Amino acid sequence: MSKGETPTGAVPLLEMRSVNAHYGAVHALRDVDLSIHAGELVCLLGGNASGKSTTLKTLLGMLKPSSGEVVLDGEVVNDKPTSYRVARGVTMVPENRRLFKRLSVRENLDLGAYLRSDSAGIAEDLERVFELFPRVKERLSQKAGTLSGGEQQMVAMGRALMARPRLLLMDEPSMGLAPALVQQNFELIEQIHAAGLTIFMVEQNANMALSIADRGWVLQTGRVVLDDSAENLMTHPELRASYLGQSDA
Amino acid sequence: MTADEQPSEAAPGVTDAASGAAGAQAHEHETPQAPPRPLLAQDWRRLLRMGAVGATAQMFLALSNMPLRLDDRLLIKPILSFGYLSLLFVPFVVGNRVGHQIKREGIPTHAAGAHEVIGGAVAGAVAGAGVSLMALLLANFDLREPLVNWSPQLADLLAFGNSTGFAVFIWLLLGGLSGAAGGAMRLLRPRIRRVAVTMILTVGLISVMETLVTDLAEGMRFEWLTDRVYARRGGVNWNWALILAAVSGLVSVLARGRVRRTRERIASLEGASRNRANLGLIALTGALLVILPMFTGKLTNELLANVGLFVLLALGLNVVVGLAGILDLGYVAFFAVGSYTAAVLTAATSPRINPELPWFVALIFVVGITGLVGLFIGAPVIRMRGDYLAIVTLGFGEIIRLLFLSDWLSGWFGGSQGIVRIPGAGIFGLASVDGTDPRAVFYLVLAFCALTIYISWRLERSRLGRAWMAVREDETVAEAMGINTVNVKLMAFVVGAVLGSFSGAIFSAKVGSVFPNSFLILVSIVILVVVIFGGMGSIPGVIAGSAVLIGVLGGPRQPGLLAEFSEYKLLIYGALLIWMMLARPEGLIPSVRRSRELHQQEMAQDAWLREQLDEEANGGGSLRASAATS
Repeated sequence: MSKGETPTGAVPLLEMRSVNAHYGAVHALRDVDLSIHAGELVCLLGGNASGKSTTLKTLLGMLKPSSGEVVLDGEVVNDKPTSYRVARGVTMVPENRRLFKRLSVRENLDLGAYLRSDSAGIAEDLERVFELFPRVKERLSQKAGTLSGGEQQMVAMGRALMARPRLLLMDEPSMGLAPALVQQNFELIEQIHAAGLTIFMVEQNANMALSIADRGWVLQTGRVVLDDSAENLMTHPELRASYLGQSDA
Repeated sequence: MTADEQPSEAAPGVTDAASGAAGAQAHEHETPQAPPRPLLAQDWRRLLRMGAVGATAQMFLALSNMPLRLDDRLLIKPILSFGYLSLLFVPFVVGNRVGHQIKREGIPTHAAGAHEVIGGAVAGAVAGAGVSLMALLLANFDLREPLVNWSPQLADLLAFGNSTGFAVFIWLLLGGLSGAAGGAMRLLRPRIRRVAVTMILTVGLISVMETLVTDLAEGMRFEWLTDRVYARRGGVNWNWALILAAVSGLVSVLARGRVRRTRERIASLEGASRNRANLGLIALTGALLVILPMFTGKLTNELLANVGLFVLLALGLNVVVGLAGILDLGYVAFFAVGSYTAAVLTAATSPRINPELPWFVALIFVVGITGLVGLFIGAPVIRMRGDYLAIVTLGFGEIIRLLFLSDWLSGWFGGSQGIVRIPGAGIFGLASVDGTDPRAVFYLVLAFCALTIYISWRLERSRLGRAWMAVREDETVAEAMGINTVNVKLMAFVVGAVLGSFSGAIFSAKVGSVFPNSFLILVSIVILVVVIFGGMGSIPGVIAGSAVLIGVLGGPRQPGLLAEFSEYKLLIYGALLIWMMLARPEGLIPSVRRSRELHQQEMAQDAWLREQLDEEANGGGSLRASAATS
């Protein structure tokens, strides 16, 4: 198993060091090692119940690891709350977008900037979101739950961007979207990444994710089974085996 | 279109095909309305079903003893009492509902005609048959054992003092007539219907609000008028009922669309001018509430004070339930803690500690202690979600009451003896407000209501308010946004507790005593019903909710305008709540901001859709093509 080419030297932005996590008695993550460096676009692949979302929750502090360390900018943040990590630039776009459906689009965006108090900066970021998604501006006073799937995805991204993140954690950005929209969404992710944002995404749609990612990991029943560059993973014979949970030989 | 407007050949004998064609034609003209249906082309099953529902309702009402209990309360002397009205409104409603047509886009609705009257009459008669059946059963069986209200008096009332045969006949007839009248309402043109409804409502309201009106009359010196309008033993005199109906009808004709137009104009205002209009409205309401009680008697002020106390409670619960989405079924706990704390700190008779603090000083402790209790109850409770949380709050509500009742703490709180002879609320040595002067109590309550409304209003628009709404919508995502959901929910509990304690502190000073029995679970439920009925998360809604429920029907122990109904209060609460959930699930006055948003968004959506369709029609980038290529 050849390691993917990781940017060397710098301290990783966010890191997991042999993390174990449990839901009650269920062992959800087993000795997971991950490191995300500034400027990367990386993905975590895996089937259902492989521990992808658990990894995200642990990274964001919504679940405490039972052993191991989550390290943000070189600091162990195991005991820090989610708000601490959000304030330091780690933001999540949740699975299925999960907007605050009965609140207006505007309120959703405002809530993205919940921990910020620099009103000038917030206004600036709001303009940036509008630039990125002109449609969001048109829908500002509408209830988020009444938007179409594509529009909701835009608001979800916009809401995350309002936190002015350095690292965006994306939980299954392709889930529940029409194929055309998935394509659009991935183009958008690339675009945001190109603008300088580090992105860590969790996906089931391996081909789609690897087509834009630099590196990736494959998770199987809570264990990292593959860790390689995107190109290598794409052609990896074991990928399908581990990903689909069956051998194709 | 009314029946008499139709050309004669189209009215009764029209065939299905013809009406279908007319419908199709009408659709092209974008006014899809078909001619009235033929008289006997009724949906008989529907008539029977609705009639049966009405019959069941009437039998239930008869057995609830409402007709007998309320027979003394005359609405219009000597024609109509509340007792008979409580039965007769059922066929009317049924008769009106059977004529209801669901409006579907592109499908014509039939013009109302004699068809509706016949349908209403039949359904009404079926409903009336329920009472007939009741009368027959009453005459022939004695079921007094399980059914306590199964009495000869009831039989007598249903028969209007005549034989059972007469009862059977008259209720079929009355049901039919009432149902026909209900159906006939559909024949009236909207404008005339509005006038008719205004007339009925005016007479109804004036007779319902008799105590309030006479009380006002005494204060404003127009007893000479009310003495004439109302009969000596209650009820509007029939001749005055006619006069009132005529006057209100005239006013309604003259006012026509003016009220609606004004309302629309206010609703269409934007930005600064809208704010100004709102401020004006608030100032006007405030002024009215300050001035009006000067002219009203004890009874009315007592009523207003009670409504105010419940407004305070409901606004507090509204923060917890409406904004933060925490279903608290034990809210009475904070009312109790507020009352008891104020009682202990101000009353000389308090068993263990009796510092006899002035009320306003005690209030500071009340706020602090209730806040702490909110924190202590909240801390374990908010770790739960949904149903479990509701059950646990229910438990805590009872625990607090039982603690006050317990022997263990009776040395502190007097157990079931409670704390009595609580002094009134002293206002900086200026005045002492207690139950003997309901007007002063009302002003005190009003001041606290204003304060609470302001706090609620500011909170709703604050960062904390936004966090509450986020937690209400999706707790997990709220957490992912960096909101400390535990703290935020605890804050909701504490703020709710503090707002509720205001009401408690005033309550103990007003009543002069506190007993554990004043803080039954029922209080929690009534407050919750007020919030849901008025509109969760809406401040005006909550106020309107308590005015209607507490003011008109009465609180758990406080009589309302309809004191006669106090026995049936919970029955009516339940019926109103069910009706509300069916007809207006968002409550009496939903949050204005929300409904405006909804409106705008519909228009935006339509505009967008139209744009897309136009593009498609012009052969430009069509929706389908763009979806297929990308």
